[in-house]
Amino acid sequence: MIRLDGLAKSFGGVRVLDGIDLEVPVGERIALIGSNGAGKTTLFRCLLGEYTHDGTVEIAGRAPRKHRTEVLRLVGFVPQVAPRLEMPVGALMRYVADVAGAEVEAMAAVADRLGLDVSAIARRPFVRLSGGMKQKLLIALALGRPTRLLILDEPTANLDPAARAVFFDLLVERAAGSTMIVSSHRIDEIAGLVNRVIELERGRIVLDDTVSDAGALGSSFAVSIETARREPSFARAALDWGLVESEADRWTGAIAGPDRLRFLGFVARHAGLVRSVAMTETTRAGETVG
Amino acid sequence: MRAPVDPTPSEPEGAPRGDFLVGFSATFRLEIAEALRSRWFAVYAAVFFGLIGVLLVFGLTESRVLGFTGLSRTLVTYIQLTMAILPIFILISTVRSLAGDREAGVFEYVLGLPVGIGAWYSGRFVGRFVLAASPVVAALIAAVVYGVVRGVKVPWLELGFDIGLVMVMILAFVGLGFLISALSRSVDTAQTIAFILWIGLVLALDLVLLGALIRGRLAIEGVVAIAMLNPLQVFRTGSMLLFDPQLVLLGPTAFTVFDVFGRVGFMVWSFVYPATLGLLTAGLGFLVFRRGDLP
Repeated sequence: MIRLDGLAKSFGGVRVLDGIDLEVPVGERIALIGSNGAGKTTLFRCLLGEYTHDGTVEIAGRAPRKHRTEVLRLVGFVPQVAPRLEMPVGALMRYVADVAGAEVEAMAAVADRLGLDVSAIARRPFVRLSGGMKQKLLIALALGRPTRLLILDEPTANLDPAARAVFFDLLVERAAGSTMIVSSHRIDEIAGLVNRVIELERGRIVLDDTVSDAGALGSSFAVSIETARREPSFARAALDWGLVESEADRWTGAIAGPDRLRFLGFVARHAGLVRSVAMTETTRAGETVG
Repeated sequence: MRAPVDPTPSEPEGAPRGDFLVGFSATFRLEIAEALRSRWFAVYAAVFFGLIGVLLVFGLTESRVLGFTGLSRTLVTYIQLTMAILPIFILISTVRSLAGDREAGVFEYVLGLPVGIGAWYSGRFVGRFVLAASPVVAALIAAVVYGVVRGVKVPWLELGFDIGLVMVMILAFVGLGFLISALSRSVDTAQTIAFILWIGLVLALDLVLLGALIRGRLAIEGVVAIAMLNPLQVFRTGSMLLFDPQLVLLGPTAFTVFDVFGRVGFMVWSFVYPATLGLLTAGLGFLVFRRGDLP
């Protein structure tokens, strides 16, 4: 699906991408990790045909810089920082649908699943939406149209747990035919989404490994937490995770598999309060795995 | 509810026919939709409607200034004031919009969508031109309607000529704005270049050039060449030509204008030159933009 051959990019005298060779077969899901300035966003912009570069970039056998519309019709992109678009939400959706040959209704349906009612905000300028709403809308615009490659730059940074779970479901639904590259500073954010990890450092690939992991995309976990006492801040966070207080000081619920490391982070932050914690992998129907 | 999305499109094909038109019209509509909600456009439209309103209130028919009366006088005054306001307004708003979008991450997102760069660029260019022209022309038409209702004689020929001149001047400055935006990586740089350009054009108007001529700092051929390549001066002279066929208001400069171009020749030049300048600079801006990094 993607072929990079000696991809290099410099700004002034600074070499941001330094001869990257990479083959990504159809269906692969890649975590692109690295610290700030490692070259992740530059790599994405080269894939989107936005940057001039040395070396070769091919998506589905074509150079995105030269065959923009044909290649980008196959690509859904969610940027790390939401653009400061002044246009109303409805106009933005119409625009994306027009140029991508997609349906506004399909994008609205994806937004609806993420918990965003676009009909209520259609006339509101995009720039005035909250961070979470912007992220949901950008995801809906990328996933609400037929694409074969998803380029997701920190896609879950502003999503609440419920929206993240739906987002993971959406990725599962298109996992078979789609290739995906997700970037993050932290591997725990996206480990469950992917089957290959690539780490960039100073514009070079320093790690390229496959991932075989329980709790992968599509799984979920039944969780139960018992606390020593009732703490309002914990209760608020637990409710955000979709947990319910099934009995006094005992919280139960389900979380998406790819969210489990993030969930354990939440538990760790309240370690002094937690008396016991249990996580059991389940099927989507709620049956225990294994 | 499940989203009815087929996530597996077919293999990429060649660019379908009509791709350009789809991208162009979608970008054009978006440019208009965005501007209609923006503050700059509201202020811009209010300035020109306010201007024409003030001119009508302060005497449509009663007074005579330098031989002009009635609606002709209003038109002449409006056109001259337009020349003072329009170029800087267009330059600043255009470069702020484009360079601002680049800084705000809009280019990164929008140009990551399947829209051709040519379709996107030309959609924005035409959209910007329509946005810049519509309040100016609409205010003129409002003045004419008011004049007709009041029973004042409408100078149709002069009106049509001046609307045409305003349109090509707008085209010239939108084109310059797009070139400056393509050359600049930040709003600050773009605004500074736009402002310096405008100052330079104002300094190259006839009165300043006349001063340089009197002091013997420039040869007359050089002065005339500068004046005739200055879109502001071309507009200024052209707009006077129908109301003041001998260009009496311009003084001795008029002799040179008529010697070099002739009356009809200058009328043609006052249309062709700004239009060519606008299209050429916009085209050059496109080439610069397309060759470099887009965001």
